[in-house]
Amino acid sequence: MELTFQQLVFYGFSTLLLLSALMVILSRNSVKAVMFLVLCFVATSGLWMLLQAEFLAVALVLVYVGAVMVLFLFVVMMLDIDIAARRHGFTKLLPLALLVAIAFLFILHWLVGDNHFGLEQMEAPSDHDASYSNIRELGKMLYTDYFYPFELAAVILLVAMVAAISLTFRGKRSRKSQDIDKQVRVTKADRLRVIKMESSSSSQQTDSKSDEESNENKDKEQDK
Amino acid sequence: MIGLSDYLFVAAILFAISVAGIIINRKNVITLLMCIELMLLSVNINFIAFSRYLDDLQGQIFVFFILTVAAAEAAIGLAILVALFRNRSTIDVEELNQLKG
Amino acid sequence: MQTTLLTIVLLPLMGALIAGLFGKQIGERGAHGVTIIGVGVACLLSFQLMWGMIEGDIPNVNLTIYQWGTMGGLSLEVGFLLDSLSALMLCVVTFVSLMVHIYTIGYMKGDPGYQRFFSYISLFTFAMLMLVLANNFLQLFFGWEAVGLVSYLLIGFWFKKDSAVFANLKAFLVNRVGDFGFLIGIAGVLYYFGSLDYQTVFAQATVVAAEGATLSLGFGEWSAITFICICLFIGAMGKSAQVPLHVWLPDSMEGPTPISALIHAATMVTAGVFMVSRMSPLFELSTTALSFVLIIGAITAFFMGLLGIVQNDIKRVVAYSTLSQLGYMVAALGASAYAASMFHLMTHAFFKALLFLAAGSVIVGMHHVQDIRKMGNIRKYMPITWITALIGTLALVGMPFFSGFYSKDAIIEAVGHASLVGSDFAYYCLLFGVFFTALYSFRMFFLVFHTKERMNADTRQHLQESPRVIWIPLVLLAIPSVMIAWWTAEPLLFGNFFNDAIRVQPEHNTLAMVSRQFVDVWSFALHGFQTLPFWLMMAGLFTALLVYVIKPSLSESIANQFAPLKRLLDNHYYFDAFNQKVIVPITMMAGKGLSKFGDEKLIDGLAVNGSAKLVNAVGQISRKFQSGYLYHYALMMLIGLLAASIWFFWPQLNV
Repeated sequence: MELTFQQLVFYGFSTLLLLSALMVILSRNSVKAVMFLVLCFVATSGLWMLLQAEFLAVALVLVYVGAVMVLFLFVVMMLDIDIAARRHGFTKLLPLALLVAIAFLFILHWLVGDNHFGLEQMEAPSDHDASYSNIRELGKMLYTDYFYPFELAAVILLVAMVAAISLTFRGKRSRKSQDIDKQVRVTKADRLRVIKMESSSSSQQTDSKSDEESNENKDKEQDK
Repeated sequence: MIGLSDYLFVAAILFAISVAGIIINRKNVITLLMCIELMLLSVNINFIAFSRYLDDLQGQIFVFFILTVAAAEAAIGLAILVALFRNRSTIDVEELNQLKG
Repeated sequence: MQTTLLTIVLLPLMGALIAGLFGKQIGERGAHGVTIIGVGVACLLSFQLMWGMIEGDIPNVNLTIYQWGTMGGLSLEVGFLLDSLSALMLCVVTFVSLMVHIYTIGYMKGDPGYQRFFSYISLFTFAMLMLVLANNFLQLFFGWEAVGLVSYLLIGFWFKKDSAVFANLKAFLVNRVGDFGFLIGIAGVLYYFGSLDYQTVFAQATVVAAEGATLSLGFGEWSAITFICICLFIGAMGKSAQVPLHVWLPDSMEGPTPISALIHAATMVTAGVFMVSRMSPLFELSTTALSFVLIIGAITAFFMGLLGIVQNDIKRVVAYSTLSQLGYMVAALGASAYAASMFHLMTHAFFKALLFLAAGSVIVGMHHVQDIRKMGNIRKYMPITWITALIGTLALVGMPFFSGFYSKDAIIEAVGHASLVGSDFAYYCLLFGVFFTALYSFRMFFLVFHTKERMNADTRQHLQESPRVIWIPLVLLAIPSVMIAWWTAEPLLFGNFFNDAIRVQPEHNTLAMVSRQFVDVWSFALHGFQTLPFWLMMAGLFTALLVYVIKPSLSESIANQFAPLKRLLDNHYYFDAFNQKVIVPITMMAGKGLSKFGDEKLIDGLAVNGSAKLVNAVGQISRKFQSGYLYHYALMMLIGLLAASIWFFWPQLNV
């Protein structure tokens, strides 16, 4: 059977995707795993191109590979991870993993196989003509029908940003907040001090008395 | 010609691989996060394939939002991971047994 | 009107509360003072009401005092229905109660529970008035249970006596059986009529009967009305001590004599008779139920009278006579002669209370010796007691011109005219019942007041007439025992006194048949001398005279000749033995079984401990899942997803 160009591209990227996905879960080195994940995303973006979702394909490469995967890489490199221990218990768990994976594959194969979604059931769509712009159509929908969810998505990203910062922030946190206990516990003496002012006509006796009182007040404050 | 089922089957295999990845990885939380990313990717592939074959852009809108959420999830997940590593000096899955009461 | 009725009902309650709660503070004089004033005022007001009703000044009243609550469409109310029936009962209850209150001052003198006793009998008066005045089934049931409660308390008044405690428990349990039927009957009324109000129910009675509603009880179809009536009558059987639920009444004589007179002779035990009369619009619709009532009443009247002959305890003789007379009343109900039944209820209340109080007087004189074999010739010592007892006895046996004659004769005549199933049997039972009534009544009378003195010398020395507080009520009760019927027989029996309170179907109206021969009370009594009941009564009198006075040795030889019969009577037809040997063990076994299996195994073992164990077991298993390891949770999630997708997609997979 002769392969068309499209099929060649499809099988090429698919093989690339699946092999690199296998490498993601099998490689010993976390850095390598992340790199294979990047490869996965790139291959996927190729498939999406084939499906004429150009904007998302580009966004996947730019946003995911450019930002998220770099974040992964940062973290992996930042943390001191024992590489040798990564494969610990591998053989013991492999049968279980294979069993579950094959069961899933079996079910999904039945569900999405040719008998449901084959070419007989679903015609391949015709290609869009050259003037069609995927990004324009997507933009129209996003900024009209999906405007509100779009804004929400922005908020989610903001929240994620704040959350990530607050989770990892190490510095001293300074907050201005109320301590209700302290407010309740306050007494008159904390807030108010009556001072005997020396009036111009007062005698020496009262003066000495007010001195004593102020001394007492000082003592009290020291006690606290 | 490439049928819809071909794309879906590729996504299914990708999903099964990431499931197996979650099961066999006992040492590294980062791998788990990556497997989850792979799962989301397989779902996205499905969405885009359906969007193409049904000629309906809404599937791509969905992928857009899934990507957003996945990015947020990855960011927070990694932040938690860093905080975890700081507190326990390990990200070994087998030692993360604090979830029980 | 509302104020009057409330006063009548609440004054005794006030008295009871004051005497009961502040007995120590107010002392004995205060206790009997406050209760007697309460009951006395109630009595006066009752007679005023009665007078007003006879004169026609006071119409029938049906008013709702208080709405207790509503459930769905059902309204639970407290209300009063004043008509001729309840007015008559008001008078009887308050008058007898007043007499007994006064009498008690003398009888209970020096008893440590003096105040408590007055509190109880006043409370009883309240409960009985609530029962009598009720205008709905709920209040009727309240009164019904309340009098049962006070009866229980009073039978066990001397609670240090084992036999009294046994007797009150027995009375309570036997009444429970009856009350269960009564409650089912009320439930039936509610189910079929959708209301508990008398007027609503009675108005719908014919409609429901015409619809022919039936219910299946596993043994054939029953008409709903018959079922309801029989269930209600089972309640009456318990309270009015009809066979086979009569066993508690003789034992209830363990209580002090005044309450035997008030509760277990004059008022409470007639509650069943009153209730059936009140329900006459229902009972009239079911000849089956009427037949049942008639036969039960006749059996009670005859066979319980028979038992009176072999009793030696003075109070028990009167108790069996009460049973027998209640049988007469119930039989009259069965013959649709409700008016005759109510009339007998009234006269009986007077002369039976009189007899009980006279017996009490003798007991006081004899220093609480109750065995008539140890008495004799008491007439010499207690002349007033003797003459009043004689009047009571003559009224009881139905001597013409005495009140008992009119009521009993009317009943026998009415039953004779009845055409129900079993009415012939009932007629002969009642007829020969008269002979035995005379026999046991005069046997007791002669043995107590005549014949030679058999008491010991010590008692004889102290034997003297009872104090004034005791004999004044005797005299006051003796007067109506003789004369009450002279004025009341005509309106009550043949007039239209009960016209709006009692409904009788024309074809059942046996009293109307009797009334055809009626001219006036004097000729009625004179005619009484020629009838069969009179001669049977005289035969009973002379038999008693012969056997117990003239030739006492005769009774021995008769007893020997009829030894098996004697044994049967001595054992009260083995009812008690049957209950003790069969019913009680079966009940105990059922109870034990239920407690062992139902309670300990099912409820405790399975439901209570079992559920705890189940939770524990589930916890033991599920705690293994909560290992705390992240990958366990992840694995569980994946397996769950797998299981869910298999379950969810299974139909597609099989395609």
